[in-house]
Amino acid sequence: MSSTNPNVKMVDSHTGTATTGHEWDGIQELNTPLPRWWLVILYATIVWSVGYVFVYPAIPMISSFTQGMFGWSSRGDVASELNALKALRGPMVSALGGASLADIERDPKLLTFARAQGKAAFGDNCAPCHGAGGGGSKGFANLNDDDWLWGGKAEDIQQTIAFGIRSGHPKGREGSMPAFGRDGILKSAEVSQVADFVRSLSGLSTEASFDKAAGAKIFEENCAACHGSDGKGNVETGAPNLTDKIWLWSSDKATIVEGLTNGRGNVMPAWVDRLDDTTIKALTVYVHTLGGGK
Amino acid sequence: MAQSATIPAKGGSGGPGAVGKSLTVGELGLGLAAVLMAFFSIYVAAKAYTPEYAFHAYVFAAASIAAVFAIGNRYMNRDAAPPAQFIDGKPNYNYGPIKFSTLISLFWGVAGFLVGLIIALQLAFPAMNFDLPWISFGRLRPLHTSAVIFAFGGNVLLATSFYVVQRTCRTRLAGDLAPWFVVLGYNLFIVIAGTGYLLGITQGKEYAEPEWYSDLWLTVVWVVYLLVFLATIWKREEPHIYVANWFYIAFIVTIAVLHLVNNTTVPVSIFSPKSYIVWSGVQDAMVQWWYGHNAVGFFLTAGFLAIMYYFVPKQAGRPVYSYRLSIIHFWALIFMYIWAGPHHLHYTALPDWAQTLGMVFSIMLWMPSWGGMINGLMTLSGAWDKLRTDPVLRMLVVSIAFYGMSTFEGPLMSVKVVNSLSHYTDWTIGHVHSGALGWVGFVSFGAIYCLVPWLWGRKGLYSLKLVNWHFWVSTIGIVVYITSMWVAGILQGLMWRAYTALGFLEYSFIETVDAMHPFYIIRAIGGGLFLAGTLIMVWNIYKTIASPEPAESPLGNPSLVPAE
Repeated sequence: MSSTNPNVKMVDSHTGTATTGHEWDGIQELNTPLPRWWLVILYATIVWSVGYVFVYPAIPMISSFTQGMFGWSSRGDVASELNALKALRGPMVSALGGASLADIERDPKLLTFARAQGKAAFGDNCAPCHGAGGGGSKGFANLNDDDWLWGGKAEDIQQTIAFGIRSGHPKGREGSMPAFGRDGILKSAEVSQVADFVRSLSGLSTEASFDKAAGAKIFEENCAACHGSDGKGNVETGAPNLTDKIWLWSSDKATIVEGLTNGRGNVMPAWVDRLDDTTIKALTVYVHTLGGGK
Repeated sequence: MAQSATIPAKGGSGGPGAVGKSLTVGELGLGLAAVLMAFFSIYVAAKAYTPEYAFHAYVFAAASIAAVFAIGNRYMNRDAAPPAQFIDGKPNYNYGPIKFSTLISLFWGVAGFLVGLIIALQLAFPAMNFDLPWISFGRLRPLHTSAVIFAFGGNVLLATSFYVVQRTCRTRLAGDLAPWFVVLGYNLFIVIAGTGYLLGITQGKEYAEPEWYSDLWLTVVWVVYLLVFLATIWKREEPHIYVANWFYIAFIVTIAVLHLVNNTTVPVSIFSPKSYIVWSGVQDAMVQWWYGHNAVGFFLTAGFLAIMYYFVPKQAGRPVYSYRLSIIHFWALIFMYIWAGPHHLHYTALPDWAQTLGMVFSIMLWMPSWGGMINGLMTLSGAWDKLRTDPVLRMLVVSIAFYGMSTFEGPLMSVKVVNSLSHYTDWTIGHVHSGALGWVGFVSFGAIYCLVPWLWGRKGLYSLKLVNWHFWVSTIGIVVYITSMWVAGILQGLMWRAYTALGFLEYSFIETVDAMHPFYIIRAIGGGLFLAGTLIMVWNIYKTIASPEPAESPLGNPSLVPAE
């Protein structure tokens, strides 16, 4: 106020536009009119918005709201998209539902469809543990090889997926590795001996202190019941084959000692209550045809 | 709180025992309140349900005791008479609280950007969570957002608003202790909020994570802030209120309303940090995003437009382009913005009618937002050549360009068909950061580069060359950041909705996460560059304040004069 007279409008020499006549800390303001393009677009967005409000649900009323000219609703949108999807899959899904596992694997069309559905279901439900390609990870079985803890026939796989392993489901597969060390069944020297024996079954190196006869004796007395005298395992109890080079946890001695000491008992959930029968069937076919199915 | 002990005595001639010196009502009242607060806090600490809450009670107690000493110390050192309103006919501006807020904004900025870089790396390499709860992504993410928005941005807003309102009203800031209470109290809130996140205290509302007791404290501070601001305008020596101050008022008032409504909770007990929100279900979601979107609109837009309206014409040495546009776009902006929140809840349980209204108001918001961009950019008319010589002005102008880009992208993303692709993807993250890094960050940096020489009485910055380095390093960082997030977000959205010819999802979720990995690394590089630019700035500001002689030509008077 001290530097300018509020009643005298100054003209900016660069633009030729008058100022508003005020000044704040050296800042003045030009009295430029609103840019026309700006105003036109502002009005256009308002007109468009008013139109949109008539076309779509928009204005809240006392007990409902205006429904728009075409009765569009986001719920209706979802329902129609789901119906379209159902119609697309429909014939194949019902064919899949009525076919046996053997039928599906014989019919190339059914097999392709089942594998596609199985792959999608696998990605959403199984991949977090078994990996996106079914490659598994420490403690979670690799589904690509032909080494199956609980059987690799299609029916075995279907049973495992539907009811799980140690899942708590009455039809689930039961049987776990006891904690030989923790429960005092074996002393730690014995655990060490039998761990070396297990390694020797698949030709892995053993420690100098290893006494093969003693290890074999401990194995025969404690392990053979499930893993078999030859150590080749048993799909009825889920006991792994110890003579091959495939290891669920690891082949190093410390990991074997850990398993002998504390036992093992990972859980595979039962999916029968979460997925429909057709999806489980599709998953079975997908896993069975990954490469290692028997 | 120790900072308040350094308040310089006005005039310096008075000392203990000066004739007629007595405690002011403010000193007495605030001192007594702090004593009561200290006792109360210790009582709460003793009976607290959790150690984390007891820790916060002790922080309040320590701050209260420090306040008592600071007030006492200040009383001993000050003159008997209150600070003069005018000295030789010129307003005796109060810069102390502004200096504090300016410097601490840089501290919080560096901290917030650093935490942002850490969580960007955690997304690319999850092992960097180190299985420690305190530094897990879930706790650091709100720490990052609050540190940059409320700690960095908030202190920039406090500093600039207290500066601008004094200068454009030609009057000393209202209140004696009140401005100090505002800046120190606000930063106490930041400390409580930030340490709370690390300790796992949250009410789980995005951008409103602090629990009930932090919210109550912020309410007290914010009301005092509003009163200081309004009282300063009330006693102004100018006939009219400058446009920047309208924006500041809109910011302060609306944030108060948003804060109160969104944080309406019932605490379990005064001895517990936990509370329950009074809103439920979809109403809670709607209130949350009414708050969340208007935090963007009134904190990050209106507040920083106020900064733009002062610092751009000041630095360009040109009049504001259009007074009429400023009026129209101000009222249009604040009228439209408040309704746009539902666009955060497209395709959810929110009724269709509310989604429609949120979308159309967002579309209508496009031009009111751009009014600020036009007024900012066109103010350069007649001074464009200064962009070659003045990197601070360049920073301010580029911030306006990012503002224009983000406020076009926002309405675009609110359109339902676009939103069905963009929602829940990293496109949103890219959008937010083009606004946050490009607009809020750069306009704040520009304002701080202007403010520091003015506040500390330096002829100019230590080095304009370093400003130039800051500008380019950070600009490249922003571009790397937002382009990687655009590509990532659109890729993510397309992968989520891809179906095979047989009618099954093409990709599992984990495959879409895997596909983000390279973009997350690129994003972290962008964030790292932005942080590096900020560190250059901190060095430059430090040298400016520490060295009394400027190394280059004064900033306020570029050697080139406008053409014509």
